[in-house]
Amino acid sequence: MASEDVKILGGWPSPYVMRPRIALNIKSVNYEFLQEQFGSKSDLLLKSNPVYKKIPVMIHGEKPICESLIIVQYIDEVWDSGHSILPSDPYDRAVAKFWATYIDDKWFPGLRAISRAEGEDAKKEAAEEVIAGLVLLEDAFIKCSKGKSFFGGEKIGYLDIALGCFLASLTVTEKMGNIKLLDENKTPNLFKWAEKFSSDAAVKDVMPETGKLMDFAKVLIAKSKAS
Amino acid sequence: MATTTTSDGKLLGLWASPYTTRVQLALKLKSIEYELIQENLQNKSELLLQTNPVHKKVPVFIHGDKPICESLIIIQYIDDTWTNGPSILPSDPYDRAMARFWAAYIDDKWFPLLKELGGAQGDEARASIVEKIFEGLVLLEEAFVKCSKGKALFGGDNVGYLDIALGCFLGWIKATEIMTGIKWLDETKTPGLVGWAERISSDSSIKDVLPEAQKLVELYTMSAGLEKGASN
Repeated sequence: MASEDVKILGGWPSPYVMRPRIALNIKSVNYEFLQEQFGSKSDLLLKSNPVYKKIPVMIHGEKPICESLIIVQYIDEVWDSGHSILPSDPYDRAVAKFWATYIDDKWFPGLRAISRAEGEDAKKEAAEEVIAGLVLLEDAFIKCSKGKSFFGGEKIGYLDIALGCFLASLTVTEKMGNIKLLDENKTPNLFKWAEKFSSDAAVKDVMPETGKLMDFAKVLIAKSKAS
Repeated sequence: MATTTTSDGKLLGLWASPYTTRVQLALKLKSIEYELIQENLQNKSELLLQTNPVHKKVPVFIHGDKPICESLIIIQYIDDTWTNGPSILPSDPYDRAMARFWAAYIDDKWFPLLKELGGAQGDEARASIVEKIFEGLVLLEEAFVKCSKGKALFGGDNVGYLDIALGCFLGWIKATEIMTGIKWLDETKTPGLVGWAERISSDSSIKDVLPEAQKLVELYTMSAGLEKGASN
């Protein structure tokens, strides 16, 4: 069994940081969670991720691994405890990776755009784009889950982690913008999945509590307005 | 091994697109037969719109009736599916993570700079992008030294994931050198990459797949001319 000298550099509010933490929980691998101070970057972070200087970084022994989805794949390849995170079939893997990329490149930036949108019309347009994305993901869920509870089937997998990490941010955006994004009528499967994912043993202790995240978001917004 | 005399798959692509070249390199490495269907981006085929409805972009690799999109995802699919040929990704998980990290860096940060250079307005803007491109190349030189471990290629002795991920841009790198007069791959700055580029360009499994720099220059000049004509 691989040596378990594992550190995660990150911050509790970050959805990207949640990803490797969930993966390590699935594999029952203990790790040291080193929280970065918001607004400053530690020497260790700058040393282990000189290219992007961003969290999360996983340090396994002496080796730093960066980029949340790359870290998740690394974890899956190193530890075979728990269950497999990536699907075993090559085509299913390709589909899972495709949607994870879509989520990072298109969908989540769309979610962030809602809080930045100025004016009701802009907000509505931004929200519609996010909902349209969720409809695509609903379709992906039906195909990937093959009738089971998660994108990964019986247990949470790569795509569950890739999307699920954003659920708290989604809820905060809905509450702060007074809009409904994850709608039981439009995306019934995703709606059900969201609850199952959030209460999964590997997830519930690392998913930030909505109230706490909302307070954090308000501080961020106030800071960006002040500067 | 999937052996068939008929084609194993279809590749929807564009001869000038480095992302299409990428997939062609992987297919060639694994000796996979395929049918190349050239798309016209001004008039996208039904097949493209049907197989990549989300992005409507090339390349798309269709294996049987299964479409796979996004060049790096396609390469990993090819590596996972055709296991008898040479491996594209490294076998060690940490080396794999490094290869994936640098491939993503190339796509997300480095190659977009070359494209940005084309649209840059004014000397200062151009100079700033040129500087960033060189900084990126220095990072890639470091990556080369680490990944190659003293061997000829990012993949060591054999062409691997990162050789393909960066090698597919060699046509455009040369074309940009011709158009700007700037030598991107400079022996004094990035000797490892210079040596690597020469080896890749002369590798038998690579050289016939890379588009010719001069043809890319002609294409770029023609489309820039068309754009100018359209805006007049």
